[in-house]
Amino acid sequence: MSDEQSFTLDGRRIPFQNGQTVMQAALEAGVYIPHLCFNPEFTPHGSCRVCLVKVNNRMQAACTTPAADGQTVQSETEELREIRRGILQMLFVEGNHVCPACEKSGACQLQAVAYYTGMLAPHFKHFYPRRPVDASHPEAVIDFNRCILCELCVRASRDVDGKNIFAVEGRGIQAHLVVNTPSGQLGATGFSLHDKAAQVCPTGSILTKHRGYDIPIGQRLYDRKPINVVGDVAQLPDRQGGRRHD
Amino acid sequence: MIEPRLKIATCSLAGCFGCHMSLLDLDERLFDLAERVELDRSPLTDIKELGECDVGLIEGGVCNAENVHVLMEFRARCKILVAIGACALNGGVPAMRNQYDLKECLEESYVRGMGLVNAQIPSDPEIPLLLNKVHPIHEVVKIDYSLPGCPPSADTIWTFINELLSGQAIVLSYRQIHYD
Amino acid sequence: MVESSMLTETIRDIVQHHSGMPTRLLQILRDVQDRLTWLSPETLERVAEELSISPNKVRSVAEFYSFLYTTPRGRYDILFSDNITDRMLGNRELLHYLCGRLKVSIGETRSDGLVTIGTTSCTGMCDQGPAALVNGYTLTRLNPSRLDGIANLIESRIPLAEWPRELFEVYSNLRRADILLGRHFADGSALRAVLKRGPEAIMEEMVKSGLRGQGGAGFGSAAKWISCRNAPGNVKYVVCNADEGEPGTFKDRVLMQDFADLVFEGMTLCGRVIGAQHGFVYLRGEYRYMLNPLKATLQRRREAGLLGEAILGDISFNFDIEIHLGAGAYVCGEESALIESLEGKHGVPRIRPPFPTTHGYLNKPTVVNNVETFAAAAKIAVEGGDWFASRGTAQSKGTKLLSVSGDCERPGIYEYPFGITVNRVLEDCGAHDAQGIQMAGPAGHMISAKQFDRRICFEDLATGGSFMVFDQKRDILDGVRNFAHFFVHESCGFCTPCRVGTSLMRDLMDKVHTGHGTRYDLEEMRKLGRIMQAGCHCGLGQTAPNPVLDSLDQFPEAYERRLRSTAYEPAFDLNAALEEARQLTGRSDPGAYLNEEDLLVGAMP
Repeated sequence: MSDEQSFTLDGRRIPFQNGQTVMQAALEAGVYIPHLCFNPEFTPHGSCRVCLVKVNNRMQAACTTPAADGQTVQSETEELREIRRGILQMLFVEGNHVCPACEKSGACQLQAVAYYTGMLAPHFKHFYPRRPVDASHPEAVIDFNRCILCELCVRASRDVDGKNIFAVEGRGIQAHLVVNTPSGQLGATGFSLHDKAAQVCPTGSILTKHRGYDIPIGQRLYDRKPINVVGDVAQLPDRQGGRRHD
Repeated sequence: MIEPRLKIATCSLAGCFGCHMSLLDLDERLFDLAERVELDRSPLTDIKELGECDVGLIEGGVCNAENVHVLMEFRARCKILVAIGACALNGGVPAMRNQYDLKECLEESYVRGMGLVNAQIPSDPEIPLLLNKVHPIHEVVKIDYSLPGCPPSADTIWTFINELLSGQAIVLSYRQIHYD
Repeated sequence: MVESSMLTETIRDIVQHHSGMPTRLLQILRDVQDRLTWLSPETLERVAEELSISPNKVRSVAEFYSFLYTTPRGRYDILFSDNITDRMLGNRELLHYLCGRLKVSIGETRSDGLVTIGTTSCTGMCDQGPAALVNGYTLTRLNPSRLDGIANLIESRIPLAEWPRELFEVYSNLRRADILLGRHFADGSALRAVLKRGPEAIMEEMVKSGLRGQGGAGFGSAAKWISCRNAPGNVKYVVCNADEGEPGTFKDRVLMQDFADLVFEGMTLCGRVIGAQHGFVYLRGEYRYMLNPLKATLQRRREAGLLGEAILGDISFNFDIEIHLGAGAYVCGEESALIESLEGKHGVPRIRPPFPTTHGYLNKPTVVNNVETFAAAAKIAVEGGDWFASRGTAQSKGTKLLSVSGDCERPGIYEYPFGITVNRVLEDCGAHDAQGIQMAGPAGHMISAKQFDRRICFEDLATGGSFMVFDQKRDILDGVRNFAHFFVHESCGFCTPCRVGTSLMRDLMDKVHTGHGTRYDLEEMRKLGRIMQAGCHCGLGQTAPNPVLDSLDQFPEAYERRLRSTAYEPAFDLNAALEEARQLTGRSDPGAYLNEEDLLVGAMP
């Protein structure tokens, strides 16, 4: 198989098939590149920018860059770790991420990726936006304070559930997630916990009700091992990831 | 080798003293620590005046005028200032009041509260005046190190202090970094 | 209040006028707003119903473009252009003056619903500012007496159509012409050339010409056309990017105003070469005043056999052009965001690859070129590639139109061969005392006098054409701060580093500009700038920190003189943060203030 196509990622040879992105090929080869808006089940989005890598010395998002034969990709360099930390810090100050008061804490992808990059503090000036919490639905709650605009729920609801419940409106720093009903309330939609959209949020923005802090601290998904070992919460079976109410 | 003991001061601003409890969770390691450091102003001592210190550990965010004064004094007197815990780093739970106007918060507590007689917003000069928002401490003074956690575990604090005292680069293990 | 059935009827008429096409959504919303002054939730629901699309699609478009309003506006809606060149000409004073005359505060609608006054990004009238828009139509050369007249017209509720024409007069200020604008062009000559010599021969001339995209990016035009021509598929499109949003640029406005035939001919030529039958001009919303004249030009060309079916009598040559009006979104100048907007969506840049030459408008192969590029292509088809390449430098053939504004005696349009020095431009426009130039707009580069011998070309100083002069009296940081605010307003919000980074940069710039910054803040700005340059999804975000980073390098003294001597300063005004509590408690004792002298700030290590 010497004519198999491949690129190198931090010196390691990564084979790929035509049409794959750097991210897809790397994950398939078992090499982790941090990411938030990317989910292997959906078309790449490229908005969070956490998966930034250097492809032939140019900064690119690994999730949207097509793999090409002979490419040299750098990922785990101090330069990239610092930029990724910076981007994560931006996400933390843009919203209101009060981890001690969030049920997703410990099994939160945003948190886990931040741990992975060694982020100790949010560093920047906090925006403290005023955003609502929507508890109108009997089984689920949306805390807009924690939304990072990855649009995974938008994509899942539109492309998988066929319900088109979520959308992003507004421009620039005013961009925000909305629920597609005249009242803007989740309770007025056909949203269900069995929807794909209920299972893809990388933060604690969309949560299952009546569940609380059901896994003790120390035993939660990312308490002991980092996300590059454990995997994305949305990709894991129910009990470990704790993504669905059973 | 006899070295002068390092002077450490600590304080809790808009916090719950949980980070200080975590410090006390060092348990028997506190004896070890006591041989190497000397505590200056701290809720754990009765020292009222902050002296010149090597390290200041700050718990809690900044929610009122007194917090600002204390924090600035610590910055001025401590060579190294460390933000400890979620509230110091991002405002934490106290900063959840930033979702409301100060007026709403005060009226909820002092005007609309149950069982109040002659309800009014307190205006006694003895009471520190509230800032319109709670802020993390790095928005007021320069911070040299940050230790996340709600609270950071005793292990995390121990690793940090040990490595700082020995002049090493601070390296926390995966399990020592958490935001809750 | 419009009656519900009337509302439905009004919307239905407008939607039908646009053939019920969802791709025309932005145009439909513009037309609806013209009739109703704003887009209420009910209005948006009706539009969605009439187009049979999801209401959230309609809302996301309505929320995205700054000239679409989802809250009520006055019958007269005035937006002052707020580019730094407008500020140099005193627009802030005029803005406050008019607000005073009409007794309304900035950004608010007067209680009788008559008027709203606000600001907007550069309207492309930098050589004849201060400028403004009234209900989307350009007002130029504003001064107190013109504003007195305007205030009277508004108070007397005179319809816009009856306002004196001179208020709306836009000068071309063409100061220097070279081969593109200096020689007569006979309408139809480029089309005759392609019919006579065939598309391949024209392609060869394009290759020889070395023409590069004149919007600023400088991608080889021939390569773009060839890639699109070779792309599989029968349906292809030609798009002219006339969304000239870069502050300080107005050369496309002059081309569209005075040389529209040349531009349309270039587009038609491109259509023939790549095999497209349909073209779009994406005209920025700020140039709305040109819409009807341009439509008339298109009609004249159809009647002259230069557009439409069987062009020049050749039944195999069909090509028509439609004008699409933008609605206030700088990001739509990015070609893939522009295509999204043309498709009736909000303007978020696409992931590339694939590129528009293979997957453009409606995913069909599409050439997107700048106005000036199409004009040059038309000339090249007639005069030949060698003729064009005889001007310019090795890597930058031909000429470039510069939009010169700011502190100079003769602002306007200057056409130069590529390779001209900055000094020569300064001399020609009468800028005797320049301290710095903002080249290619805020997304370009700021240069100081040390670099005025540099040459304007892709090898050295690349530009889309904006050339804003700051003289010695100016504070460079006024400009930098203005640009930092501009990018916050224009970020589309899609990617993290641009959405959040532009706001963080603005806050740091405000802090430094108002004298509250320290050396630490400057280092923060550099770090933030590097993250944005490296991490942003599109060119807007990647270039947004340029004014800050350049000025830190080129004009360090402008920063130095504002810095505190302290090592660190709070991110917010401590004392002001107590004001709310002082009000609520009525306290005025010393403990109710955080005055600087009482704090130990200066004692920090």
